[in-house]
Amino acid sequence: MPEVKKYRPNIGAPRTAPNEEPAAERACDFRPVDTGFTKEDAIAEANRCLDCKKPLCMQGCPVGVNIPGFIARIREEDWGGALETIKGDNLLPSVCGRVCPQENQCEGKCILGRKGEAVAIGQLERMVGDMAGEVGRAPVCKPKNGKKVAIVGSGPSGIACAGELARDGFDVTVFEAFFTGGGVLTYGIPEFRLPKAIVKREIDGLEQLGVHFEYNSVAGRLFDADELFNEEGFDALYLAVGAGLPRFLKVPGENLPGVYCANEYLTRTNLMHAYDFPVYDTPIRQGKNVVVFGGGNVAMDAARTALRLGADSVTLAYRRTEAEMPARLAEVHHAKEEGVKILELVNPLEFIKGEDGFVSAVELERMELGEPDASGRRRPVPIQDSAYQIPCDVAITAIGTMANPFAKLCADVELNRWGLIEADEDGRTSNPKVWAGGDIVTGAATVILAMGAGKKAAASMKKALLGE
Amino acid sequence: MFEILKKTQFSEKVFEFRVHAPRMAKKAHAGQFLMVRIDETGERVPFTFANWNPEEGWIEFIFMVVGKTTECLSQLNEGDFIRDITGPLGQPTEVEGDSVAVIGGGVGLAIAYPVARMLCEQGKNVYVIMGARTKDLLILHEQFDALPLAGLFVTTDDGSMGEKGVVTLPLARLCETDSIDHAFCVGPVPMMKFSSLTCHEHNIPIIASLNPIMVDGTGMCGCCRVEVGGETKFACVDGPDFDASAVDWDDLAARQASYRGEEAVSTKRHQEACACQK
Repeated sequence: MPEVKKYRPNIGAPRTAPNEEPAAERACDFRPVDTGFTKEDAIAEANRCLDCKKPLCMQGCPVGVNIPGFIARIREEDWGGALETIKGDNLLPSVCGRVCPQENQCEGKCILGRKGEAVAIGQLERMVGDMAGEVGRAPVCKPKNGKKVAIVGSGPSGIACAGELARDGFDVTVFEAFFTGGGVLTYGIPEFRLPKAIVKREIDGLEQLGVHFEYNSVAGRLFDADELFNEEGFDALYLAVGAGLPRFLKVPGENLPGVYCANEYLTRTNLMHAYDFPVYDTPIRQGKNVVVFGGGNVAMDAARTALRLGADSVTLAYRRTEAEMPARLAEVHHAKEEGVKILELVNPLEFIKGEDGFVSAVELERMELGEPDASGRRRPVPIQDSAYQIPCDVAITAIGTMANPFAKLCADVELNRWGLIEADEDGRTSNPKVWAGGDIVTGAATVILAMGAGKKAAASMKKALLGE
Repeated sequence: MFEILKKTQFSEKVFEFRVHAPRMAKKAHAGQFLMVRIDETGERVPFTFANWNPEEGWIEFIFMVVGKTTECLSQLNEGDFIRDITGPLGQPTEVEGDSVAVIGGGVGLAIAYPVARMLCEQGKNVYVIMGARTKDLLILHEQFDALPLAGLFVTTDDGSMGEKGVVTLPLARLCETDSIDHAFCVGPVPMMKFSSLTCHEHNIPIIASLNPIMVDGTGMCGCCRVEVGGETKFACVDGPDFDASAVDWDDLAARQASYRGEEAVSTKRHQEACACQK
């Protein structure tokens, strides 16, 4: 009998530090900020995991990745096994490892975090995902079952659903309005946080599974659900069109040239490569003094993008304090390191027009925190007669988004008063052949929640279409 | 990829492409538009559908060379491919009234034409007013002439064809003689603004098809936002047609000029590259 070595975790070892480019160098270009763990880093970090019998970390993961399982494979240096373990539950580990707010999810639940530092689960997942090129094995699909499913939207929810269904033998077509796939992963999250080559690799992986992508296809305008069912022989539809409609501040001067909403600013840079103008044709205004409004990940992305486009100063103006910011901790930390200034407790009143016709300043009022509101955060209240102006030649608003209005043009489904689709736990809508999930059901949320919804919908569709 | 089936040159700077796009051809309506990206490094630019044929599976759009992208586009030929075309986008044009004036200025005539044709098909009394700076910029004259119109008026700023002056001269006459009960206009901002004022004086409702800068064309960025009746609207999903009397024209003109500097840089760079190759 060979001796079975019992695993002994390296108790008390500090959390392995991330490998990051120095702030001064990285803030000049769009290279990835965090270069990720080496194999040695990953093994050392994997050895910190206590391999809990009842792993709380898994409860924190919206798609229930077998975290202790893949970490055990890392310890054994079985990289292919680690990848397969993750991909059983999550088809996009390279993406989720980078963009999930782990402090509120898996790592937030890790038992080690109670007295010290949680295991760097995100970094480990990402590292394993990034090794797919090295250790990736040919994906295995069940034989074709003869059922056709259309998916509208190639964001995280659409591609998660597509991957699940393709593995189960469905004939899947994804319709995408843009000329390339990925949704917010492509047009929203910048290169320095999520390299587009990784998004492309994940989408190429789906094509290898047999998923068919139709780009430049605006659902609701080019076709609707009835045409897909009656003329093109689809058996079911998954609507994952997201919540990309921008909200505006609704203050005077907001339409001045130089005032962007973050969607436009990020689409120009990420999707259209405006940072490489005039090699790429899409221009973007380069500001000296950039002010970004908002406190979420989108605001951080816009602020850090503005720095990389050559701004002298980038100020993030937020109505509450840094403690209430919904952005991922790592991004706030990176933004500050790179030189983004955070201006707390201010609210914009008006954008002022300069002599050149562009925005030249913004008038702000100071705020103080009052009683907690419905979200449990203390509500910002304006301080009287506190208005003042700061210079601003590019302003970017990142105060959230609303439902994509094309959902209702595409299929006859019930919407709520915010224009979001009414769907149950499994993604079923009021229309028996139509499922929906991701931001178009929940409103703007996270990549991993959108993926979780895609997975659930796929399981529900499978049950409905195959009677399993 | 979208194959160019036919290229027609109307004047030195105005071209029409017929492109193979069967799905779009089934769904296009007058007043709707498409977004074009020529190649991997290209930008997305909006053009209005000029014509379409669902049986033969093609669509047509007309453009004038005004900068780098339109210049590159004009250098493509039959059998070449355009990388991306997205559409149909925007709301179809709807014009009320039995007797209608359709006013087109410059390259806006390419948008006015399918609208006039549709209104004729609807059995309305249609007057068309064509305006341009000079004779050479008047496009689609023969096509308009072939429609069963109640009247066709031509104006040029320099008098090289038709009436010397601007489109509001025949428009005012139509209003004064009670010939029309509704109007539609498309063209440069000053032309639309003054057409709107002329109609307003005579209490005649007028729609304008607006042409702000666009990026995605599906409502996801707000680049094309316009101020209409004190409210912010997105031309790409709420329009491009709006009640012309409620449009903030100065706001539209300022936003259209947002990238003049960058546009000049891009065009100059392209022309220098072309000169090198020659």
